[in-house]
Amino acid sequence: MNVAVIAALGLWAGAWWLNVRLAARATSGPGRLLPPLLFGVTLILLWELLVRGLAVSPVLLPAPSAIAARFATSTDILWADVVQTFFKGALAGYVIGCGAAFLVGVAVDRLPFLRRGLLPVGNFVSALPIIGMAPIMVMWFGFDWHSKAAIVVLMCFFPMLINTVQGLGAADTAQRDLMHTYAASYRQELFTLRLPAAAPFLFNGLKICTTLALIGAIVAEFFGSPTQGMGFRISTEVGRLALDMVWAEIAVAALVGSAFYGAVALVERAMTFWHPSQRGR
Amino acid sequence: MSARGMASRAAMSGGGGSAFPVAVVVLGILAIWYVAAVALNSAWALDQAGRDGVTLSARELVADTWSQERPRLPAPHQVAVELWNTTVAMPVTSKRSLIYHAWITLSATLAGFVLGTGLGILLAVGIVHDRTTNASVMPWVIASQTVPILAIAPMIIVVLASVGVAGLLPKALISMYLSFFPVVVGMVKGFRSPETMLLDQMRTWNASPAQTFWKLRWPAALPYLFASLKVAVAASLVGAIIGELPTGAVAGLGARMLTGSYYGQTVQIWSALMMASILAATLVGLIGLAERLTARAMGGRA
Repeated sequence: MNVAVIAALGLWAGAWWLNVRLAARATSGPGRLLPPLLFGVTLILLWELLVRGLAVSPVLLPAPSAIAARFATSTDILWADVVQTFFKGALAGYVIGCGAAFLVGVAVDRLPFLRRGLLPVGNFVSALPIIGMAPIMVMWFGFDWHSKAAIVVLMCFFPMLINTVQGLGAADTAQRDLMHTYAASYRQELFTLRLPAAAPFLFNGLKICTTLALIGAIVAEFFGSPTQGMGFRISTEVGRLALDMVWAEIAVAALVGSAFYGAVALVERAMTFWHPSQRGR
Repeated sequence: MSARGMASRAAMSGGGGSAFPVAVVVLGILAIWYVAAVALNSAWALDQAGRDGVTLSARELVADTWSQERPRLPAPHQVAVELWNTTVAMPVTSKRSLIYHAWITLSATLAGFVLGTGLGILLAVGIVHDRTTNASVMPWVIASQTVPILAIAPMIIVVLASVGVAGLLPKALISMYLSFFPVVVGMVKGFRSPETMLLDQMRTWNASPAQTFWKLRWPAALPYLFASLKVAVAASLVGAIIGELPTGAVAGLGARMLTGSYYGQTVQIWSALMMASILAATLVGLIGLAERLTARAMGGRA
């Protein structure tokens, strides 16, 4: 037991006590954010102190400060990787996959027979390890971002399709009957009633797909990639035992993933402000 | 994708209403698959024919695209034959038996699934009963999922291997990380699902927190539990497969896919994918069965 380890234990106890006090008090406003923030900061400090105190080899687990330093010095590499993996691979696949699934969903919705057949199949396919198709996509579309976009398309398609089809069925029978009494055309009914009613489902699908898109693009790079990209960087830096770079890349992935999810969630909030789940915040 | 799995799923979901449409959709997918096989493999077939100086009739071309040694897209029957050859027609102990590889993957999946479910339920109990845990841990449970764990799975495997932890445990840890999240979210919802009136009723009976938990919250949460378990087991399987990708792994469905992609053995990749799909379907099906049995034991109201 040395000083750093004892300090870590003391810090843990102190933060715990403080958090209990905070959690009991804060219920609304910015105070709500304090407990999780404190919890996170405590974790990082504990990590730092324990790594130093126990002299953990940087090959196993680098200290947060080392990761931050590496992050700061290699922002250009990290940015190039983000461009390659996220903006080219994941985002292209996300747009194509979700767009195609949406259009297929609207088309399928007109044929009740197909809808009944496709929904169980889509549900089933969503449970399959589609990510295993990554090597095949790399074989078909080459090493560059096209194969990454392809696997992202496959991964996003079925979750989005299910949500679209379910969402289009979300409008009340009474509301649809009302549209009929107005002699609304299919197009009018779709755009003024059913798509708005489907919006919460659509956004649910879009949010699920943000995570899938990033994971798909990164994992596909393990099967072959040009000499940049987050997956490529992670696998090569692991080989060189430069774990601080790997962790920096992980931090970037977490940041990009959260930002992507957050962006979609913001659009959702702006467009479905009327929905109960968005009210009262 | 998996014709077998889909058929069994269609049979499981019962309710005669959807069986026929599902069968039509599955047949449609198989038809598209065959057509795609012709489209993708014909270039190679025509090239070969051109070198041999023969012209292929349409019938010969189609026959060739469906029976190539290393096609870009193997036809469904080729995958089925490979699947049969590597499961039924081969001793289980053989290193080339898919059952052997599937078992390696399945054991990691189940270990991770059990660990993840246990951790998830414990966390959910903590979150429901303790304000501090709720306020400080819940946001981090959600934040933990922003780390694309699948993407760093190879690193975890390599790092753990260098500390001397190899084999089943690292893969199980990845599966655990992936499967605990749906369980936490589902169970927190489930434990909170009893209405205030029911909770008040427990209070008027002077029930202890433990009694409230076991007699009200836990039974009320069971439907949520099974729904999350289905998601968790699928995620767990994906985790185990990805955990087998790093170079160290020599056995398991993921390793099968990786070696297949190295040597261009597309049929091998597809059969491993099929096997994974069959596993996923079986696991989800078993949980569905457990769900129905539990519902019946509880009086069929769940």
